[in-house]
Amino acid sequence: MLTKRVIPCLDVKNGQVVKGKGFVNLKYAGNPVKLARKYYEDGADELVFLDIIASYEKRKTMIDLVEKVAKQIFIPFTVGGGISTIGDIRNLLKAGADKISINTATINNPNLIKEAAEKFGSQCIVVAIDAKKIKNKWGVFVKGGRQSTGLDAIEWAKKVESFGAGEILLTSMNKDGTKEGYDLELTRKISESVNIPIIASGGAGSLESIAKVFKEGKADAALAASIFHYKKYSIKQVKRYLQKKGIEVRI
Amino acid sequence: MIAIIDYGAGNLKSVKNVLDYLNLDSIISDEPKDILKADRLILPGDGSFGYMMENLEKKGLVNPIKNFIKSGKPFLGICLGLQGLFEESEESPKVKGLSIFKGKVVKFGKGKVPQIGWNKIFLEQKSIFEVDFMYFVNSYYVIPKDDSIIATITDYNGNFVSAIKSNNITAMQFHPEKSGKAGIELLKRWLKC
Repeated sequence: MLTKRVIPCLDVKNGQVVKGKGFVNLKYAGNPVKLARKYYEDGADELVFLDIIASYEKRKTMIDLVEKVAKQIFIPFTVGGGISTIGDIRNLLKAGADKISINTATINNPNLIKEAAEKFGSQCIVVAIDAKKIKNKWGVFVKGGRQSTGLDAIEWAKKVESFGAGEILLTSMNKDGTKEGYDLELTRKISESVNIPIIASGGAGSLESIAKVFKEGKADAALAASIFHYKKYSIKQVKRYLQKKGIEVRI
Repeated sequence: MIAIIDYGAGNLKSVKNVLDYLNLDSIISDEPKDILKADRLILPGDGSFGYMMENLEKKGLVNPIKNFIKSGKPFLGICLGLQGLFEESEESPKVKGLSIFKGKVVKFGKGKVPQIGWNKIFLEQKSIFEVDFMYFVNSYYVIPKDDSIIATITDYNGNFVSAIKSNNITAMQFHPEKSGKAGIELLKRWLKC
């Protein structure tokens, strides 16, 4: 049986891991390769690196990082943040990234998903969706949740699947940074609306919250950042807990 | 020297990265002469069945690969490099595979597609494989006509063939180069066989 994946996410700025809530009060938290290595040793199923500056000039730093990671960490890793062209995708894949996460650029140019999936294969194209609940619906937001696109998250998820996305990285903007648990309803609704894997993100706090996003949210993978960075739990601890709860994981 | 076949797609570098990590001499090449000279040959893959075959044809690599396999030297197929050994695939109808083995490649009928993540391999016969979790990314799987080549099976809403072994040919649906320590150990065992 396919196991559920536990994925630590590393926010990277100028080649350094940063910690902080909502992209403010960022603190430098060390060398990304070292931290990635530690997560790898601890049993992470995959890794995600998000470039939180992602300007053209800084892209080179990210490519250097990707090359370093690819040479010594032998599990899949995704790179995201500000990626807007086929050229960006190609360069990062060539440097050794296994998957590329694209977000804002897909809103104005959904064709990017199609083109990227045709060129590089759906398996390496992850579309990130930032969803915010307004009344009883979830809207798609961009720019770190500041700008509404007017799109409905469930409809948009179906569209990105039809365009060729291989996976969806779904972040609840309401829950992100709160540590009060993932948005289970949103995750379940999207997971049941599409036939591609869903990586749930935003709100990881307790061990129970991670078990819930698999059991009730029907997520295929759970992303978490701060609970791992601040050593609240180790990846091993999370996986042991999930196993005890009857969720299949790789241990 | 280990040659990794370059047909214009696939995460070739990740296979080479593991070999570099193990301090082994390898070359990524699309030159028939490098293939024939190699002691070991790896056909990695992502992309589509049709794209791979078309490019192998265009680059004149089909016969060198077949000749290498005939020579009895160790050959390793990864993902699409397993699928390409068969006659045909639902992914690219009308495209002929390398046809080293009889059988076809079909799409998963149940569950989310692609299958992405870690799944367990179970042994069908004694070989270099051991029961462990491996990293899979696939929408298609092989159905060999000859059951005796099946090395491992895996359950994804039903069992499918996750690796084969026949004489000097070893091929797997999962990515050992992305399967952490279990994958590296498996590659080490292949390098010894």
